Amino acid sequence: MAVAVIRRGDTVIAAIQSDLNDGEVLALRAELLDRVGRHRLTGIVIDVGALDVIDSFTARALRDIATSARLRGAETIVVGIQPEVAIAMVHFRLDLDPLRTALDLDEALDRLEGLPTGG
Amino acid sequence: MAIESSGDLVPARAAARALALRLGFSRTDATLIATAVSEIVRNIVVHVGRGEIAMHAVDEDTRYGLVVVARDEGPGIRDLAAALEHGYAGRGGLGLGLPGARRLMDEFDVTTAVDEGTTVTMTKWRIRDELERLRERRHAGAQ
Repeated sequence: MAVAVIRRGDTVIAAIQSDLNDGEVLALRAELLDRVGRHRLTGIVIDVGALDVIDSFTARALRDIATSARLRGAETIVVGIQPEVAIAMVHFRLDLDPLRTALDLDEALDRLEGLPTGG
Repeated sequence: MAIESSGDLVPARAAARALALRLGFSRTDATLIATAVSEIVRNIVVHVGRGEIAMHAVDEDTRYGLVVVARDEGPGIRDLAAALEHGYAGRGGLGLGLPGARRLMDEFDVTTAVDEGTTVTMTKWRIRDELERLRERRHAGAQ
């Protein structure tokens, strides 16, 4: 499988293992949103460290996950964007809000655990 | 290579990266090139359905170039200036493909004719440094 999805407390962690085609990107989006609803999760962490290319389609799919997850009460943090990929993404001038990023998994989990709960 | 579905994106990106690294481009430039190829191939898949992409190296005295040519026989682009504008989305497009690819590369040229098709030619250059040229001259002299 191209993405390893594991659950840790109230957070689901999706570690992408290899370059994804469009269908796999959309399948990941569906699976994560389904899990948020099914297990009442409050956080999604997506590790994109294995992605050599994040083009506008993938960037937008990540943003859509964050937008949809927020509507279901969960925050999304993307971790591990490679430096070269970050430089390429800047060229698209894509507004990634409400997508949040962290350098690595530890930082992402710390941040999600520090979030105020129950608004 | 022929482009027929979004399944052709991953191999096209991999081929672009491999060629860029073989030509001595940095990892960053190889990523920019692979991302531009991804946008252009997706453009063909989304708007036309099929086409082809070819990549080759050009060898100049002071620089190396990687040229990507993407061709389709689709409906053509009616308003090219608008298509090159950030945020312009044609049928189901994202509006980032052409302008995004253009910013990722050094040279970008589109020729299009309504009902005949579109050809995108884009190039990334790499300066050939002094040491490299010296080494090549020595190599040539030794033969």
